[in-house]
Amino acid sequence: MKNDAPADALVIEMSKVSTRFGDHVVHTDVDLEVRRAEIFALIGGSGSGKSTLLREMILLQRPNSGSIRVLGVDLQKLGDDEADGESLALRQRWGVMFQHGGLFGSLTVKENVGLPLREHTALDDVLIDEIAAWKLSMTGLKPEVGAQYPSELSGGMMKRASLARAMALDPELLFLDEPSAGLDPESAGEVDQLVLKLRDLFGLTIVMITHDLDLLWQVADRVAVLADGRMQGTGSMRELSKMDNPAVRKFFDGPRGRAAQEQEQDQENPQGKVQTSNEIGRPSSKPK
Amino acid sequence: MNTIALIPAAIDQPTPEELALSGSWTARGIGTIGAQLDALSAPASMVVDGARIESLDTAGAWVLQKLLRRLRGEGSRVEMRELRPEFARLLDVVEQQAADQTDTPPLASASRSGLEGLGRNAAAAYEQSMALLSFVGECALAFAGCIAHPARFRGRPILFNIRSAGLDALPIVGLLSFLLGIVVAYQGADQLRHYGANIFVADLVGLSMLREFAPLITAIIIAGRSGSAYAAQIGTMSVTEEIDAMRTLGIAPLDMLVLPKIIALLIALPLLTVFADVLGVLGGMIMARAQLAVGFGEFLDRFVKAVSITAYLIGICKAPVFAAIIAVIGCFQGFRTKGGADSVGRQTTRSVVQSTFLVIVADALFSVAFSALDL
Repeated sequence: MKNDAPADALVIEMSKVSTRFGDHVVHTDVDLEVRRAEIFALIGGSGSGKSTLLREMILLQRPNSGSIRVLGVDLQKLGDDEADGESLALRQRWGVMFQHGGLFGSLTVKENVGLPLREHTALDDVLIDEIAAWKLSMTGLKPEVGAQYPSELSGGMMKRASLARAMALDPELLFLDEPSAGLDPESAGEVDQLVLKLRDLFGLTIVMITHDLDLLWQVADRVAVLADGRMQGTGSMRELSKMDNPAVRKFFDGPRGRAAQEQEQDQENPQGKVQTSNEIGRPSSKPK
Repeated sequence: MNTIALIPAAIDQPTPEELALSGSWTARGIGTIGAQLDALSAPASMVVDGARIESLDTAGAWVLQKLLRRLRGEGSRVEMRELRPEFARLLDVVEQQAADQTDTPPLASASRSGLEGLGRNAAAAYEQSMALLSFVGECALAFAGCIAHPARFRGRPILFNIRSAGLDALPIVGLLSFLLGIVVAYQGADQLRHYGANIFVADLVGLSMLREFAPLITAIIIAGRSGSAYAAQIGTMSVTEEIDAMRTLGIAPLDMLVLPKIIALLIALPLLTVFADVLGVLGGMIMARAQLAVGFGEFLDRFVKAVSITAYLIGICKAPVFAAIIAVIGCFQGFRTKGGADSVGRQTTRSVVQSTFLVIVADALFSVAFSALDL
């Protein structure tokens, strides 16, 4: 893949992906496309297989059938070995923020963030420490947090530290598993801003699993709804809100869904017209 | 973005006032260029040409802004030229963030002198002994409470623990004490044969196994097998907030987790010791026949005369003490787990080391006490 790839090039392509655990069917024939530099959200009820889908994208699990291409690499053709050259190169091009942080308890926060740099580059330790501290400050953490251990952090700080680690090698693609779950509204709002900032600054493609309706309305460019093991619909929140599919309606018809939708409309209406697509709402944020 | 071969970052200084940068200024590309950059001195004014930078990431931008900041700090007028717009934007962001960051003082280093370390270790050891004492006290209180209200005893966990610590340990305890019996008889055989005192192998095996080896080897196996399991289980539960959940539900963790383990081990360990006695003597008997031509019948005749019931009871009466040590230390270390997975491992190790240590110390104290009592 070249630097001058078109902006709408596909970063992730899944086609006809099916997964079973024994007799239990997780999903059948899931098709999904994520474009470069977009913020893509995957939603669905508990047990709808969102996490399984995410794990399949990041080489932690293999589907029973179907094909997955990430960053132009066919995952089916990669070996199982973690240190295998091709899959290692691919793993370094994405960053993953796990739901519970996945930070190593035996390392300080700063060592956690510096670990990918220490493992995969020839940078000297002083420089790695500086870069790690800088990444932490970019995610909004205070410098003294760097010396603490993950067990001493609050939930929000843990997510930020985990995000800083995912960003350590400047990935092109970032996976976020429930980035705002368990956070207070203020921290959740800051996560919204952070995600937007990262995309705008680095032209990152971001794939996230979330249930946070504000995050979906304010931040996500496109949203895919997963239910009953199938993809029920894909599009911006505005497009989805016009669909009749009951699995999709669940996200709009509850009191919380309506509140988030009204809030979004309140923000857009005073500026004159109602826009039909979320993507058009932020033309300036598209990187070249 | 770079499946193409990586061109390492490089700097070129055609004239003292000019600096040309090229290559990949990325985490993988800059490598050890830092030393080269540090060696640069600042003339009055300098032009940095970034036209041939092929890629720039935050690590590269960080190194670059560090250089610019240092040169400017040394009084040089530095101008950055011909940088691609997206790179310039990234550099701006990094500079901005770095400027915010430098306002905070660096952290004080945490290095300690030897004397301070010694003091801290002593204080920690003292604190731990006090905590252990108070834990023993709490367990005793909970036990007394259960005696007063027998309904508080939890039968099912006790039975479960008897099975997992006792029944499931039979094969390993049996095998090891059998082997120990063989070893004792074998080592003694040579000496006894010298004096033609073959039959005394029964004294040797009987007394040493029943009084010392069987209780000790059983306790050490159980400390490694069950004591560690107790520490790991309770430790994991406290990391995952299960202990806190138990407290909020009005269930005393001591009643639920600790007492059943102690009671179960108090029952299981003496029984295991009896089993170890039998297997140990059996091992000695087999060796006696093979090496010293002492038949089973002869061996048992002598065994009954040589080994009094006291020797047997002395061995057995140590077992409950060992059991209490193992269960209490295991649970105590489990409750002291703080933080994450790392801490669980550390506390589990501690529980095994400490309970083995204390079992042997207790055994030594028993020896002193019994010899004072002429037993």
